[in-house]
Amino acid sequence: MIELTINNKKHQLDVPQEMPLLWALRDIIKLTGSKYGCGMGLCGACTVHLDGEATRSCVLPVSAAIGKKVTTIEGLSDNADHPLQQAWMDISVPQCGYCQPGQIMSAASLLNKNDSPSDDEIDQAMSGNICRCGTYPRIRSAIHKAAKLAREVK
Amino acid sequence: MSFLNKIGVIPSEDEIFNSDDQQSEIAGDHQGSVIKNVTRRGFLKATGLASSSLVLGVQLSSIQAATSTHAHPSDKDFAPDVFISMDKKGTVYIVCHRSEMGQGIRSSLPLLVADEMECDWDRVVVKQGLGDAKYGSQNTDGSRSVRRFYYRLKEAGATARTMLQMAAAQVWKVKPTSVTIYNHRAKLKGSSQVLDFSELVEIAATLKVPEKSALKLKKESEHRYVGKDNIKLLDGKDIVTGKARFGYDVEIEGMKYAVIARPPVVFGKVKSFDASEAMKVPGVLKVIKLPALNPPAVFNMLGGIAVIADNTWSALQGRDKLKIEWEHGANASYNTKDYEKEFVKALDNPPHVVRNRGDWDKAKEKADKVFTQNYYVAGIAHATMEPPAATAVVSDDGVEVWTCTQTPQSAQRNVMGVMKIPQEKAASVKINVTLLGGGFGRKSKPDYVAEAVYIANETKLPVKVCWTREDEIKHGYYHSPSYQSLSASFDKSGLPTGWYHGMVNHPIGATFNPAAKQAGAADLGQTDLPFDLPNIKLTNGESDTFMRIGWVRSVTNINNAFAVSSFADELAREQKQDPKDYLLSLIGKDQMLDVNKDAAKYENYGENFDDYPIDTSRLKNVIEVVAKDAGWGKKLPAGYGIGIAAHRSFCTYVATVVIVSSQKDKIKIEKVFYAVDAGKVINPDRARSQMEGAAIFSTSLAYYGEITAKDGIVEQSNFHDYEMARIGQVPDIHVNILKSDKPPAGIGEPGVPPFAPALCNAIFDATGKRYRRLPLKQYGII
Repeated sequence: MIELTINNKKHQLDVPQEMPLLWALRDIIKLTGSKYGCGMGLCGACTVHLDGEATRSCVLPVSAAIGKKVTTIEGLSDNADHPLQQAWMDISVPQCGYCQPGQIMSAASLLNKNDSPSDDEIDQAMSGNICRCGTYPRIRSAIHKAAKLAREVK
Repeated sequence: MSFLNKIGVIPSEDEIFNSDDQQSEIAGDHQGSVIKNVTRRGFLKATGLASSSLVLGVQLSSIQAATSTHAHPSDKDFAPDVFISMDKKGTVYIVCHRSEMGQGIRSSLPLLVADEMECDWDRVVVKQGLGDAKYGSQNTDGSRSVRRFYYRLKEAGATARTMLQMAAAQVWKVKPTSVTIYNHRAKLKGSSQVLDFSELVEIAATLKVPEKSALKLKKESEHRYVGKDNIKLLDGKDIVTGKARFGYDVEIEGMKYAVIARPPVVFGKVKSFDASEAMKVPGVLKVIKLPALNPPAVFNMLGGIAVIADNTWSALQGRDKLKIEWEHGANASYNTKDYEKEFVKALDNPPHVVRNRGDWDKAKEKADKVFTQNYYVAGIAHATMEPPAATAVVSDDGVEVWTCTQTPQSAQRNVMGVMKIPQEKAASVKINVTLLGGGFGRKSKPDYVAEAVYIANETKLPVKVCWTREDEIKHGYYHSPSYQSLSASFDKSGLPTGWYHGMVNHPIGATFNPAAKQAGAADLGQTDLPFDLPNIKLTNGESDTFMRIGWVRSVTNINNAFAVSSFADELAREQKQDPKDYLLSLIGKDQMLDVNKDAAKYENYGENFDDYPIDTSRLKNVIEVVAKDAGWGKKLPAGYGIGIAAHRSFCTYVATVVIVSSQKDKIKIEKVFYAVDAGKVINPDRARSQMEGAAIFSTSLAYYGEITAKDGIVEQSNFHDYEMARIGQVPDIHVNILKSDKPPAGIGEPGVPPFAPALCNAIFDATGKRYRRLPLKQYGII
């Protein structure tokens, strides 16, 4: 049995140590907000936080998450009220929406470390997240907007 | 099937399976809809609307068939596409019968109904329509959802509004004309009395549907949502909280997970396999062999070996442990890189002339100078962020599927084929449409649905088939590589006396008919050349086909626009003229261009020429607008370059300007401008987002897009060797959606074609280097 703490809740899992966290989240715990996109850590659709740090769950064995706090898109806020989620809706960022949970989790990790990122800093932090619909310019705007919202709240 | 005769011409899904429906759609939007009050009727159970107080069924498609025999078709013939319903609280439910893949259709079609009905959008719930033949055509491709249904949906909304107006008139015992309807309420003229829709719904439900002649459609100026930017994304909250359900996310009771090892070469077969190691993987339940695929591919499954397990990871591990000996078959002779010389030969003397004006050969002979260039655009894969996925349950009662599909009805037909279910039992196959994590044409080919149903039936288990990224890249329905040769003849004046364009690719038609050889599809950007020149000859070569070829967003417009708009820029440079001014001169006078006068059979995206002419004044206008927006002609910083291209596709006119910089031999896109005339636009924000997306989709294809096969096997596999544009490569994109009262045209695809040529024209402006092959990665400039 493997014990994982996901969105502040403990889960006992009977899975092999090497199963990537993504499949444990999706298929075992039934949290499907984290998406499969490549299985190689190339696209960022599966991004979750491991102790607050953006991590590609498709290449992270569940054993590496033992004793750490895992946060998924479902646990980012109680009611879609994280500044990033608010900004995302205000600017109508999503098109198909599939990559957006991963985009938001990467952005949240960035804002944890940098409360007013520049365009270049955003581009760098978000370069691991692919969006095929082409929402990048709006993602950039939404991160700026969320950063501003968060600073105002502080 | 009629499409088989159209060798080389791109068949749409409707043409393949449903030519009657297609005809009635083509018959035009003005045909009018059939609307009935169906509150008390049986078929509501399937819609989940049975508890509503008022339900209107609206039949959009096959109207001609219905109305030709009955002025008011009987229930037997009545097959609604769209339902509008209201419950006792006044919440309005609108069924969207088209698939959502990011283009915003769920907040476009219902918005039109809601606006016309005078709803408060916050009290509208959009429900996704099931896939079922009785709904009429649901195929969401060809950028035509709004194009086909604009007026009919307005009529549907107006019908509901009029019934609410009549209901209020009954309550107040006045004439309906004394009642105004606004924002979910009825108001009695000359008084302060108001009634909410919730107070009217039960009376409205008892009323007869008013005659069409009694309807008064809102004027454009009276719209409160249509054409405005005042609504939020319908699924926005679900998406940003991870609650949105895509095909990959479907979970049903007792469901197992399947992945498939498919033949590496199309039409290859399993010679032998050993699953003993795979079966040892914990969680692996079963391994089964799928039937081999024989031509034509259509939307049938590819075959191979399926591994069914308790979870995706176990299935993947099991698949890795399979030992399979493949018999690759005849397509193993195919090498993409070597095949280019066959393309070159095919254009030596191409047998198909798709348009002929004047006498090109004579113009060429008499010319002072003939300028010729050749262009090559590599094949590409869809690479939807969500790879294909389908979940199926087979029971004695029938088949139920949950899947991300652009076309639930061909999914249904596919299931009926696999299960040998006769047409009269079509209703036993239920296709639930989830959100689509990108479509781009891939999800209009439901081979993955056939796989899920086959496996569910064989194993008697509810099964979700998941495609990995590698599966998606290696087993696609690819946009074909293409080779094109263009020539222009000149006398002493600056404009060409003649224009020649030969084009060859692996035709999409071959996916449906192995005998198809003629390059496809000239209609998409070749035949409709908008230049006013005295001599024009447009030809298609022939080619064999070795892979599954299919529609990818904007289809052959991609390569045709690249060649035509690059060549136009080259001619401008040759003539030492401004590329924008020269482009306008090539287009020439304002006219409704009738290309079919030039011995062509141009089908105009299935639309009539009265509503959707090739209007050169609109093409020139978007060029002027985008040039102005981009500051065309102003001095740029050193190392910068500017390029322009314009293209009509899906009846929409788009002009694009790209500004690039070149530093240390690397290109950076600095700015992008779009001007778009798509006629009436319901949801301008979603139209803008489609153009932003098209620019980025096109950046990926222009920079990196290249699928190659060696010995018939696709060489690329995942995002490391089939790369995508990343956020840092994309600037802000300025999109100008022009106001227009013309009939609504396509939005999802038309932004793609002009981007790559505008980019390459800008690179030439910056560097003096002309790139005639895509992707650009091969030149080391990315």
